[in-house]
Amino acid sequence: MELVSPGIGLIFWMTIVFALLIFILGKYAWRPIMKALKERDEFIEESLTAADRAKKEMKELKFSNEQLLKEAQEERDAILREGRKIKDSIIEEAREKANEEADNIVENAKERIENEKKSAMIDLKNQIADMAITVAEKILERELSDPSKQKDYIEKLIDDTHLN
Amino acid sequence: MNLRPLAAKLGITIILLIVGVLTMSFIQDAGHGQKEEPTHTENAQDESWQTEVEKEEYNAGKKIIEHITDSHDWHILDYKDSEGHKHHVSIPLPVILYHDGKFHTFMSDKLWHGHVYKGFKLATEGPDKGKVVKVIEENLINPEIITKDEGEVDHLPLDLSITKNVLAIIISSILLIIIFVSIANRYKRREKQAPKGLQSLLEPLIVFLRDDVAKDSIGEKYERYMPYLLTLFFFIFFNNLFGLVPIFPGGANVTGNIAVTGVMAFFTFLITTFSGNKNYWQHIFNAPGVPWWLKFPVPLMPVIELIGMFTKPFVLMVRLFANITAGHIIILGFISLIFVFGNIYIGLGYGVSIVSIMFSLFMSLLELLVAFIQAYVFTLLSALYFGLASEEHH
Repeated sequence: MELVSPGIGLIFWMTIVFALLIFILGKYAWRPIMKALKERDEFIEESLTAADRAKKEMKELKFSNEQLLKEAQEERDAILREGRKIKDSIIEEAREKANEEADNIVENAKERIENEKKSAMIDLKNQIADMAITVAEKILERELSDPSKQKDYIEKLIDDTHLN
Repeated sequence: MNLRPLAAKLGITIILLIVGVLTMSFIQDAGHGQKEEPTHTENAQDESWQTEVEKEEYNAGKKIIEHITDSHDWHILDYKDSEGHKHHVSIPLPVILYHDGKFHTFMSDKLWHGHVYKGFKLATEGPDKGKVVKVIEENLINPEIITKDEGEVDHLPLDLSITKNVLAIIISSILLIIIFVSIANRYKRREKQAPKGLQSLLEPLIVFLRDDVAKDSIGEKYERYMPYLLTLFFFIFFNNLFGLVPIFPGGANVTGNIAVTGVMAFFTFLITTFSGNKNYWQHIFNAPGVPWWLKFPVPLMPVIELIGMFTKPFVLMVRLFANITAGHIIILGFISLIFVFGNIYIGLGYGVSIVSIMFSLFMSLLELLVAFIQAYVFTLLSALYFGLASEEHH
């Protein structure tokens, strides 16, 4: 019977001690602990979401970076190709032009040479003719003053011509 | 299922037991043999001790009840000195009595060995055994306890003594405060950091109580019940564990005392009743979904619900008390077996001790589990009752 009959004193002290315990622990232990736990939970959750977001952003960034890199590479390739093409065409064109120019120059030169030659010939001919006339004049002037000598000269001329 | 290892273990155990019993009997026989020689004084003393023990009647039931009930002193141990005198080692506790409009305060060692102090004495038998009773003034030389029928004054003073259980409650409460306030400071100091040390040992329990007990049972308004639920859980859990420690300051059967569990159940009842909303009272007095003839003219359902309000905490009280007390009784029973058999024949006592120690070890381990489960069940059910009382219409 003594097992199931509660003692008044024990009930009294238990009530006081337990009520005090609830109060003290509630105020100085459970409240700060629950607050700290809650704050930490929120902090962890926030950090996790932030990390997740950062991860996603990074993924996007990486993706866009790759895309950018790829594009840049393609562009570079395209530019290079274009440049090479342009270079080739420029070289080709230049060569053609140069050839043409050279041809032209040669042609011109030839033409000019021909012309010069012709004019030179004409000049020469004229000069020779002049000279011949002058020579002939002078010869004729001198030789014809003396008939014997004229004769000698003529003979000599004929000899020369003959010899020529 | 492979029963082979189990069978093998059982076989080994039985063989060990038999060997143990035989060895112990043999050692005892050897002792008896040596006793014959007068030169061996030590053995002679042993023998005298043995004979004295044999003379004493060992009453297991009485011993067990003494261990699990409250008392006015904290008994540590008994021993016999070389002359065979029996010594009690106990911590005296303050006795606080209120009688005839006066307070009487003294230490309980004044009442030891049947002494009468200020007209009070510890009853050694009868229905009030173990309690402080008033003795008749004229009869001080040969004090007799007034029984209720004879005396006009109540022979039982109002006893507000700091008994063994009260001291155990105070010690465990102080320990709880020290532990949890230091943990709280740790939380403040190490804000938003991982728990460390004792903090990380107890944090899983706190989080478990918050998430799996309070949140699940009460719902959104769980936060205001957390201080009570946490205090309740850790108070029961710590005292259950202290109860399993056989030496001071453990060993008091606090949570196996009906007054203690009753007070806790009463707190739960009070909180449940005061947090009851309209919905809760409607469920009690006019339960929806119940045929009208169960409520009128005979208010069967309201009466049942009303009784249910009181049976819930009552069951809480009895469950914890019965579980913890039963555990203590079983362990003490196994220990007592040693002495019961030792009284018959000392070797038998040693032999039985192997079995007894094994079984009480097993029971102690089981009690560790029970210590947690009962604290959890009390807390969970309290939380469920709070949840029922405060839940909104569903």
